[in-house]
Amino acid sequence: MFGKLDLMQLQQLWWIIVSIVGSLFLFLTFVQGGQTLLSSAARTDLEKSMIINSIGRKWELTFTTLVLFGGALFAAFPLFYATSFGGAYWVWIAILFTFVVQAVSFEYRKKPNNLLGPRTYEIFLFLNGSVGILLIGAAVGTFFTGSSFQLDDYNLVMWQHPLRGLEAAFNLFNVALGLFLVFLARSLGAMYLINNIDFRLDLMRNLEKRLRRAAFNNLIAGLPFLLFVLFKLVTMEGFTIDPDTGGVIMEAGKYLHNLLAMPLALGLLLIGLVLVVLGVLSCRYSRTNRSIWFGGLGTVLVGLAIFFTAGFNNTPFYPSSFDLNSSLSIYNASSSRYTLTAMSYIALAVPFVLAYIAYFWHLMDREKLSTGEVSDFTSKEIY
Amino acid sequence: MIDQLNLTMVNWARAQFAMTAMYHWLFVPLTLGLSFLLAFFETLYVKTGKEEWKRITKFWMLLFAINFAIGVATGIILEFEFGTNWSNYSWMVGDIFGAPLAAEGIFAFFLEASFFAVMFFGWERVSKKTHLFSTWMVAIGTNLSALWILVANGWMQYPVGMNFNPDKARFEMVNFWEVLFSPVAISKFTHATSSSFQLASLFVIGVSAWFLLKKRHRDMAKKSIIVASVFGLLSSAFVIFTGDEAAYTNARVQPMKLAAFEGLYDGETNAGLVAAGIVNPQKKPGDDQAPFLFEVKVPGLLSLLANREPGSFVPGINDLVYGNREHNIMGVAEKIEKGKIAIELLRQYKDAKKENDMERADSALANFNKYKDYMGFGYLNSPEEAAPPVGLTFYSFHIMVILGTLFPLLFLLFLLFASKDTISGKTWLLRLGILGVPLAYIASQAGWIVAEVGRQPWTIQNLLPVSVARSNLTAGTVQTTFFLFLALFTILLIAEIRIMLKQIQIGPDFSGMPDNEI
Ligand code: HDD
Ligand code: HEM
Ligand code: HEM
Repeated sequence: MFGKLDLMQLQQLWWIIVSIVGSLFLFLTFVQGGQTLLSSAARTDLEKSMIINSIGRKWELTFTTLVLFGGALFAAFPLFYATSFGGAYWVWIAILFTFVVQAVSFEYRKKPNNLLGPRTYEIFLFLNGSVGILLIGAAVGTFFTGSSFQLDDYNLVMWQHPLRGLEAAFNLFNVALGLFLVFLARSLGAMYLINNIDFRLDLMRNLEKRLRRAAFNNLIAGLPFLLFVLFKLVTMEGFTIDPDTGGVIMEAGKYLHNLLAMPLALGLLLIGLVLVVLGVLSCRYSRTNRSIWFGGLGTVLVGLAIFFTAGFNNTPFYPSSFDLNSSLSIYNASSSRYTLTAMSYIALAVPFVLAYIAYFWHLMDREKLSTGEVSDFTSKEIY
Repeated sequence: MIDQLNLTMVNWARAQFAMTAMYHWLFVPLTLGLSFLLAFFETLYVKTGKEEWKRITKFWMLLFAINFAIGVATGIILEFEFGTNWSNYSWMVGDIFGAPLAAEGIFAFFLEASFFAVMFFGWERVSKKTHLFSTWMVAIGTNLSALWILVANGWMQYPVGMNFNPDKARFEMVNFWEVLFSPVAISKFTHATSSSFQLASLFVIGVSAWFLLKKRHRDMAKKSIIVASVFGLLSSAFVIFTGDEAAYTNARVQPMKLAAFEGLYDGETNAGLVAAGIVNPQKKPGDDQAPFLFEVKVPGLLSLLANREPGSFVPGINDLVYGNREHNIMGVAEKIEKGKIAIELLRQYKDAKKENDMERADSALANFNKYKDYMGFGYLNSPEEAAPPVGLTFYSFHIMVILGTLFPLLFLLFLLFASKDTISGKTWLLRLGILGVPLAYIASQAGWIVAEVGRQPWTIQNLLPVSVARSNLTAGTVQTTFFLFLALFTILLIAEIRIMLKQIQIGPDFSGMPDNEI
């Protein structure tokens, strides 16, 4: 079935798969958003417990999606994996750091004798939700703003900036994208908590109110950054592959052209944004607890639009501003046809994986998280 | 490919990989084995309906969760470390190596992640059967992740199913099944998982023995011991069988590793197996010093084990380094020469293609193909470099094997006395049981040292030496992250151990149990 596809189709298929995984990750950052809400939305220990136990049942999923994103890039676009991780070294190390400390924090925070004390683990969670997401956003931003590296004849990367990747965090566009993602994650986090927690008890009412407001306020806070990103995106000069020579050149309005050339991407972007806004508004101004599904779907669609704009329509998705012809596109960075084909069969499992995740999510969350559950001091399964 | 060898960077990167991998491997084997033990305990609960088994399951499950979290934390570093520190490697073999990593994510990590949440938080939320199912899925998921990563690692020990693409200067996969079912991958998977079952069984026995010594929760401790020692005993049989298989595979695909962990310098027919010994630290390949200061040898056994044929020839380090005409072994000097020619021809091919001189390109390529199998050797500077450190591999191997033969005896004793119900009085055995826990970890870590240090100087056996696999980073950068990770992991490890010990001390929760079950 995949054996009939030619190399180019496989490369495109794999960019779509990578985009889906990346976009799902953006949705799942509601966990990180929830982590940063711990200090602002929760006022009492009980409220804090509610939040941490609610997202604590999902963090692995987000984490694993990030791991799969890395693995899929490695398998499908190894040259990108080698170039970006080996080149933009510090930014990735910093991101990884925040995820290492996240992974232990849920489990260890409240356990007696935990060496660092609960406060430290909460700081870890906050760092992961703020710095971690900001830097991921900045790294994704370089898909459009480019990085300064050069590849030698044997494709070994030579990074040209002493900060080795961290310079991405000093570019306005990248930072704006990162900050938008941080606020979006917070908004999603609030909507997820609204969906997951049982607010029927009077003592939970205040938390509910605060969370509904947080969903709205964070979107508002992120709006200027979003507008800036969108404005820049459609006006900036972009990297393009010259179809005649195969070389990379700069083109004014490149990403606008991409959006216009790919109505699908434009549509995804607009529908996605509308869905996010609708989700947030419904969370703020109605009593529904389903807003997260709108916000989540919207986020996925926006994510897809971003990845499609970065990678399709003769666009190098990992451009080098230092040496245009070192830029990586899905065509020159990919694995061989054989590997992509074999991997495509493996990827057939993805729908099944999504299905069982959805099914067990449903089973586990049929009943909302109750205050009784997290304040049962005899239970060892409480974070 | 790399003009200026930056050896200190390479060494720091190696140290960093070794350190992070060994940290990861502190937690992984317990996850692999304990997940099955949880599944056994819970199956007993569902089958007998006795609340006690549920409490037992929950107790071990909590320890599992504490260990699991830090296992995940250390894993993510490894996943990206290939890119950060070994980017040339990632590019040159990503076409093959990336596939199992991605498969691991799709098939294994999501199973773990989703069902862990059901298993840990789902006692009251899903039916008994669904819960049991989830616990089994966690066990299967964790062991599937071992499968894929060991396929990847096995491929580095014995690269099969691939071809060199001169245009891209990288290796490409040509046969997925060969990669998946390579004999090394199979022996690695079976040996690493079964030894992890052993480790987890020893962990459960050790903790239970402590309870018995403290005269607490004796009933739970005894029950846990019986389940764990049966599991451990069965796994032990597998460990020895698959360990032997691993060594047999080594003899065929990595004879240098075998020679190193046996301390065999001069090949012999009818070679003996060193049961124990002290290697001569001064000994170098090619000199005439004695390899051992002291040794106890079982005559003829190595030939039998390595080749399944008594009296057969087992090549030693000197034969492999300097060649042995009689047994038709090419020396490394000759391989280096051929390798350098291959590198030169590849360069000519690339240049000719750049200049669009197709004729010259074709002839360079045709010539290159004759020499390409030796290309990796072209990056070595001297034949002696092809030999791994002998002392470290030798001791690690022998510690592992000695412990591997003692563990089954320990399981047997525990099973015997626990089923006769006289275990509580056997203080010496209980103490030994506690000692078994660190010993299990030592054996397990030692195994990886054999596997990985014994593979030096290659990242991919005979294809890619570590010095070429690296990224373009300064030694200082890698050094900095080395210490950052070292500090971070050490702090987290201390936190983990403290939490774990505290939870063991608190013990299982049997409050509110029906009277007739206490
Ligand atoms: C509890 C741990 C444990 C125990 C008791 C043993 N092993 Fe082991 N061994 C491992 C844990 C381990 C490991 C950590 O899982 C390794 C590292 C790589 C691998 O695949 O498994 C390993 C590797 C390994 C290798 C290297 C394989 C390679 O490089 O490809 C050999 C030859 C053996 N083992 C042989 C044995 C023998 C003959 C044993 C005798 C009883 C034995 N091991 C017990
Ligand atoms: C260099 C090699 C390795 C890499 C890149 C790697 C990567 C990872 C990653 C990214 C995770 C976290 C997954 C998650 O999101 O839950 C993880 C966890 C895990 N890995 Fe590894 N790993 C390596 C070696 C191994 C080995 C050798 C084994 C087993 C034989 C193994 C077995 C596991 C298991 C069972 C887990 C589950 C969590 C735990 O450790 O308790 N890994 N690994
Ligand atoms: C989890 C158990 C593991 C341990 C304890 C371990 C240990 C080590 C050690 C000690 C080294 C350094 C060897 C030296 O330079 O002398 C090393 C290197 C390395 N190992 Fe492993 N390893 C483990 C698993 C793996 C796995 C599963 C893979 C691949 C999938 C892997 C891939 C590598 C690579 C790429 C290097 C660096 C290159 C090299 O030095 O050869 N390791 N490891």
